[in-house]
Amino acid sequence: MPAEILRMTGIRKEFAGVVALDDVDFRLFPGEVHALMGENGAGKSTLIKVLTGVHGVDAGTVLFAGEPVSFAGPAAAQRGGVSTVYQEVNLCPNLSVAENILLGREPRRFGRIHWSALRRRAVELLARLEVSLDVSAPLGQQSIAVQQLVAIARALDVDARVLVLDEPTSSLDPGEVERLLGVMRSLRAQGMAILFVSHFIDQVLAIADRMTVLRNGKLVGEYTDITARELVAKMIGKDLPVLEGLRGEVRHGEGTLMQASDLGRKGSVAPFSLEISRGSVLGLAGLLGSGRTELARLLFGADHADSGEVRIDDTPVALRSPRVAVSKGIAFCSENRKTEGLIQDLTVRENIILAMQAARGWTRPLSRRRQDEIVARSIELLDIRPADPEARAGDLSGGNQQKVLLARWLITEPKLLILDEPTRGIDVGAKAEIQRLVAELTADGMAVVFISAELEEVLRVSDKVAVLRDRHVVAQLANDSLTPDDIMATIADGGER
Amino acid sequence: MNTYARLVKHRLFWPAAALVLLLLGNFVASPRFFAVQFREGHLYGSLIDILRFGAPLILVALGMTLVIATGGIDLSVGSVVAISGAVACLWVSRLGDQNSLGGTLGAVGIAIALSLLLGACNGFLVSVLGVQPIVGTLILMVAGRGLAQLITDGQIITITGTHYRDIGGGFVATVPLSILIALAAFGISSLAVRKSALGMLIEAVGGNPEASRLAGVASRRLIWLTYVFCGLCAGVAGLMISSNVSSADGNNAGLWIELDAILAVVIGGTRLTGGRFSFGGTVIGALLIQTLSTTVYTLGIPPETTLLFKAVVVLAVCLVQSPQFRRKFARRSRRSVPVVKDEKVEVTL
Repeated sequence: MPAEILRMTGIRKEFAGVVALDDVDFRLFPGEVHALMGENGAGKSTLIKVLTGVHGVDAGTVLFAGEPVSFAGPAAAQRGGVSTVYQEVNLCPNLSVAENILLGREPRRFGRIHWSALRRRAVELLARLEVSLDVSAPLGQQSIAVQQLVAIARALDVDARVLVLDEPTSSLDPGEVERLLGVMRSLRAQGMAILFVSHFIDQVLAIADRMTVLRNGKLVGEYTDITARELVAKMIGKDLPVLEGLRGEVRHGEGTLMQASDLGRKGSVAPFSLEISRGSVLGLAGLLGSGRTELARLLFGADHADSGEVRIDDTPVALRSPRVAVSKGIAFCSENRKTEGLIQDLTVRENIILAMQAARGWTRPLSRRRQDEIVARSIELLDIRPADPEARAGDLSGGNQQKVLLARWLITEPKLLILDEPTRGIDVGAKAEIQRLVAELTADGMAVVFISAELEEVLRVSDKVAVLRDRHVVAQLANDSLTPDDIMATIADGGER
Repeated sequence: MNTYARLVKHRLFWPAAALVLLLLGNFVASPRFFAVQFREGHLYGSLIDILRFGAPLILVALGMTLVIATGGIDLSVGSVVAISGAVACLWVSRLGDQNSLGGTLGAVGIAIALSLLLGACNGFLVSVLGVQPIVGTLILMVAGRGLAQLITDGQIITITGTHYRDIGGGFVATVPLSILIALAAFGISSLAVRKSALGMLIEAVGGNPEASRLAGVASRRLIWLTYVFCGLCAGVAGLMISSNVSSADGNNAGLWIELDAILAVVIGGTRLTGGRFSFGGTVIGALLIQTLSTTVYTLGIPPETTLLFKAVVVLAVCLVQSPQFRRKFARRSRRSVPVVKDEKVEVTL
């Protein structure tokens, strides 16, 4: 085995007295994929940020190729040979794909940017990932999946020896995940050392040569041969929560709450008809970009439908804006927590009461006592950490931000809750909590629309599944012992079975 | 965290420190600086002057704070100042008896109504038509000057009414009325914003417009309201400014006041990108700017270097407010300072 390229020993990091990492060791060899595992808040991101110089360390050493290093920041780390692709794509949507890939490293000629060389280079780099697209198009027009691949292409351009992938697959559909894993395999064969952070245990088991597990900022251990069940147990420090058996029989609900007929929007979703019943979960399944989110946005009035109508309790409703939808008892948790969910700068308390306060209008403020009561109850109910109502929402981990968003809507006691990828990028424990919550809410009579890229998850919580393909609702199946294979087959056949 | 550390971390610490430092500097240069005299039943002194002549700026900056908190900007406040003053002075000058209280109040009412209307126009352009704030308000900034000159017919309208002069120059219970007006504006708007949900909703809209829309916030109405409020503040400031000189000058009244107001807001710690705002910070910022002008006279700085002097002080305040700058500075003096969490900072001049 070749000498290790990276060795981190005894890493310790505190933030204002809170220990984020405590005596953590980590090593990485060339030509391997080493997975870093742990729940949200376990310290994975902090460890990566220490490695790439975003944070300094309070104790411990980092050896890169045998030399002690302390990168001054991500740019310095990249120059030193450690490239990182972050979970949330941090690129410029207004610039072209090619510009994004080579931003800051544009090929130059006569002191000016050599545009044709820039585009050629970008095409080459994307070809390495087996992607071909118009590199002159603005990045913002691409799907999140493609943006992720562009971010990886950008990282590859540098002469990287260590590639850090932080949750790269959380936005990808199965085909794209396979493609990415393929890219990782070929990079590994070329001798690249890959640090892979992912919540998807199957993916990790499929590709990782070695796994390091963190829990609460401490090292649990390094493993090479381990089963999924053992791995989860190490991550959460107890046995796997019972995810199975969450629901018994198919519930047909207690009467129709919302009825969409021929609802559609050009270029977004083809006209569809759906019925949503009280006390049941409608799952939306389909590949990434199949129109799941777009459908949900129409139901919430976030986008305007240009055909069809919506009836709530058999009364026609014009969903002109989210505001109208909220007043009709509809709630929507967007898949983009950062851009469409939280107000990062406001506190947890303010974020939680936002929708409720907005519905009351500015002239009827909730008293501070009332706010504190509601927020304290939400924090307890959803186990939001830190349990500090005055913490800045942007400082929370992804899973806790998701819970804040959920709390915002739950306190409005909606009749219909639309959850778009509520478990994306959050850990197993929180995932199980959210699924259980959905089951509880529907038991209380709420209707839920549940969107997830993970078919198993959709099937676990849903009573009925609407399958989307290419922006069409191709089938609506009662979830009577459906399997992921059934859904895949439906997607593949376009519902013509 | 000990008290000192918490004090330093407070968002108003650096602007307040700069203001205190500047005042102390003045005191050293001229020991009589802090003296407040009691003459003919009125308060006089440099500190009183700062408050008194800073009052219009405080007003305009308060309005600007809310607009900036929504992520917008209002460049037209200077023009509104001019229009408001022009209309009021024109009305007073046409009165049979310029000293009539009713007539003066009528003039004030008309000027304020017009200012509200102008603010509403800005708000309509920005929130309903979706024109970019800087462009939408630029229209009135340019057109408003012309409007003010139309009202004054290109002349400077001079008036003699004593009631009107009291707005900027009068005293109530020894205290200059303009200070009381600014104080009331600060108090009322702070209460209105923090006791209702207005402040939080504005901060939500400014912090993340799309997320706020999806949370059901009526952003359009809120944004509109901030421009109306900004127009109102500028209108009252216009009354004060014209009252101070008992005349209306469509050309020069309130010239460049929008820039001072924006600066005051930024010094006060409200980001130009919107979100969190602080009226207290804005008042400190406005006072800092006014103190600077006074300092120039106290220190006997030659008038031709005045603007440069102002720029240097403002730059220093902005730098010291930036956590990034402080971090770099601290690193240089002490190598092993732990890196503070990233924070977005705007240093704007």
